[in-house]
Amino acid sequence: MYEHDVIVVGAGGAGLRAAIAAHEEGADVALVTKLHPVRSHTGAAEGGINAALHEEDSWELHAYDTMKGSDYLADAPAVDTFAQDAPEEVINLEHWGMPFSREEDGTVSQRPFGGLSFARTTYAGAETGHHMLHTMYQQVVKRGIEVYDEWYVTNLAVTDHDDPEDRQCHGVVAYEIATGEIEGFRANDGVILATGGPGQAFDHTTNAIANTGDGAAMAYRAGVPMEDMEMIQFHPTTLPSTGVLISEGVRGEGGILYNDEGERLMFEYGYANNAGELASRDVVARAELTEVNNGRGIEDEYVDLDMRHLGEERIVDRLENILHLAEDFEGVDGLEEPMPVKPGQHYAMGGVECDENGETCIDGLYAAGETACVSLHGANRLGGNALPELLVFGARAGHHAAGKDMKDAEIQTGYSAKSEDGDVEPPVEPGAVGASGEDAAADGAVVDADEVLEHTIERERERVEALMEGDGLNHAEVRSEVQKSMTATVNVFREEEGIKEALRDIRRARERYEDVSVSDPSRTYNTDLIHTIETRNVLDVAEAIALGALARREFRGAHWRAEYQERRDEDWIKHTMLAWNDGTPELYYKPVLLESQWKEYEPKERSY
Amino acid sequence: MSTQTEPESETEIEESEAAATETESAVESPGDRRRREKGERAVEEEAKRKEAEETLDEEDTVQIKVFRYDPEVEGKQEPRFDDFHVPFFKGMTVLDALIYARDTYDSSLTFRHSCRQAVCGSDALFINGSQRLACQTQIADLDSETVRVEPLPHQDVVKDLVVDMEHFYDQMDSVEPYFDADELPDGDETQRQTPENREKVKMSTRCIWCGACMSSCNIAADDNQYLGPAAINMAYRFAMDEREGEIRKEDRIKIIEQEHGVWRCQTQFSCTEVCPKDIPLTEHIQELKREAVKSNLKFW
Repeated sequence: MYEHDVIVVGAGGAGLRAAIAAHEEGADVALVTKLHPVRSHTGAAEGGINAALHEEDSWELHAYDTMKGSDYLADAPAVDTFAQDAPEEVINLEHWGMPFSREEDGTVSQRPFGGLSFARTTYAGAETGHHMLHTMYQQVVKRGIEVYDEWYVTNLAVTDHDDPEDRQCHGVVAYEIATGEIEGFRANDGVILATGGPGQAFDHTTNAIANTGDGAAMAYRAGVPMEDMEMIQFHPTTLPSTGVLISEGVRGEGGILYNDEGERLMFEYGYANNAGELASRDVVARAELTEVNNGRGIEDEYVDLDMRHLGEERIVDRLENILHLAEDFEGVDGLEEPMPVKPGQHYAMGGVECDENGETCIDGLYAAGETACVSLHGANRLGGNALPELLVFGARAGHHAAGKDMKDAEIQTGYSAKSEDGDVEPPVEPGAVGASGEDAAADGAVVDADEVLEHTIERERERVEALMEGDGLNHAEVRSEVQKSMTATVNVFREEEGIKEALRDIRRARERYEDVSVSDPSRTYNTDLIHTIETRNVLDVAEAIALGALARREFRGAHWRAEYQERRDEDWIKHTMLAWNDGTPELYYKPVLLESQWKEYEPKERSY
Repeated sequence: MSTQTEPESETEIEESEAAATETESAVESPGDRRRREKGERAVEEEAKRKEAEETLDEEDTVQIKVFRYDPEVEGKQEPRFDDFHVPFFKGMTVLDALIYARDTYDSSLTFRHSCRQAVCGSDALFINGSQRLACQTQIADLDSETVRVEPLPHQDVVKDLVVDMEHFYDQMDSVEPYFDADELPDGDETQRQTPENREKVKMSTRCIWCGACMSSCNIAADDNQYLGPAAINMAYRFAMDEREGEIRKEDRIKIIEQEHGVWRCQTQFSCTEVCPKDIPLTEHIQELKREAVKSNLKFW
């Protein structure tokens, strides 16, 4: 058994920032990651980090843009806290050596980004995430923070009180990939989940293969509600063959989108008469697919993103990485020809419900980054707002877990924050099926910290043995069916029947998962086992996304519904919540907070 | 395509055989029995897979020859190569082929991978005799009938294509790989850095820790203590960053001019040739040699 004050699960941007913050507070903190920190997917972020650094800019403007971008589904205390903390976090990063792109006078450059009223996106070429990840990992090394790399956390050690809000998290159980050892990690002060997004619930995604929603699925099953899971961002510019991301920075610098007829589609068809290519991501993604659906797509699949007019010097200076990506993954020379692009799954606005200090309703359990839903992004995240989110809320979670005195959160969490019953009618029963769902039988029997850990370790050992013993299906079949179904039906355009189809497919996949087993008999670096466990998580997050999508009968932000073509503020300014409920999920709603101690927001029509 | 139906028939045969073997053995411990049976099944599956693959249309497939080794699985303790026939599509990378082989034919095929876009640095492998990222290597560009995939040379193999990266990480850690300025401005001010200086360190900051350079280096192969190109490049990244200041730079030069530092490099350019991020590693090492000379002259 290992023991630390704070255990951070996942070592991407949010995890690293949380670990540094907890260390700043004097805590003994450890990072536990299934990869090595520098392999984390934060490294693939390209565009930049929004922060109101300029004297003519202000946190209020940044907050306003973020709230508008969210289509009024974000919580004001989260938005305001975020916009206020972001500048300091960017300055921290700079002090840690982040190689930001610079102006002639040596100050940090800022560029325009979609949905922003001021050019406030700081960046480091078109590889901002790579530099941010490495810069923070360097600081982790400098501070001597313990890293357990290639340790896969398979479950949380949470007491089994009947009411999730009475439960307490005492640590995690992890599997050492190299050796097959299963160990407990006791956390005296807190566990912070920073495992990234659930992109692998889809098959055309910019996310890494490792982004299987592990943290969200574990928290969900332990009793933390999932929030606004239907809110999935589809990035408008991904390469058609692989889903590799082409940064919004290309449009920020002046890149133009053309349809098959050579028309500048954003203006020609009035998708965004003011902002054009720099409209919010959901707007641009829908515009592209509408063009394709109306027969103006190139090869009936994609549109062209042209940056040639920017000139070689500017492209090489600010977007060089894009040239490499287009060349390596699509065989296109961005200096000579336009790049083919289409929307791809990119980011989950929803996730583990937590407050502005990262706390979930389970005592000692935190979430930060894409895993979490504070809610900062509401129904749509602005480009350049994900990286500062990792910093701001990673730091806050780390500080809070380590015992720093912080002001009480305004955001309420847990089932007790419910304002309204759910009204969703899924075509099949969602939730646990058979033995793999038995990991959360709450009978109030196990409440002592050591006992909880021992119990969880034992359960995980049995689970691994059972998977190794069996002689059944390859998980890869199950995973791939769900991914295809989600991309076909719970995509940019969503229809009731399609979403129901996805839920039926997921139910079938859950049943098939009961027959899954690991055929590699080895204890040494058994990725077959790791991927099989991940697939279980993919099923849980995919189902949560589809249930939320079915429940929300309106068009808001990234969530478009064929049957409901309008934003319906009178009924739907509320968060879609999903409680696992020990295997029989319950959907309910809680209010959106449009007012913080600083500001009040009035929902307005969102046009760009 | 014929490959679509094969895995299913494989599973069926496998199931009936497993049921047969289970009844025979009662004296071994359950764990031993399971492992033995799995081992036996693996051998049988392998035979069936080969048979199944032979029926694939040669024209549409690519053959990958993959290094296999597992210290604890019977039949894999002696390193060997397995052939997989994978349906080819335009734009297919070596990583795509490996994933297909694993998900379709043999789920025990083991390799690191994550981002699929040449930024996580997980999948540096020895492909047709050269260090490359599997995700960044188009099969069509290899211009070869079979693709030979091996783990990175000069590193201990953990299993199949997975090597032990600890030594590489240790070397990186040994150059104090973190920004550490002599002095910082007040809390709410950023440091200034000229665009020229940023440009100077830019290439060096692109390292993704894949280990290709270290694996390609003859010197590193013979001298286990040699810092190696990646770690020296890391030192360069900070030593050349004007924000850190002169005092820190002196410290950094001392680290890289040690016995197993820059002077070991014989400028063979192998690291520069294999670097997937095109970092001019050899040039950076040469420049640090010059810096070391300058720094020593200053104290004479």
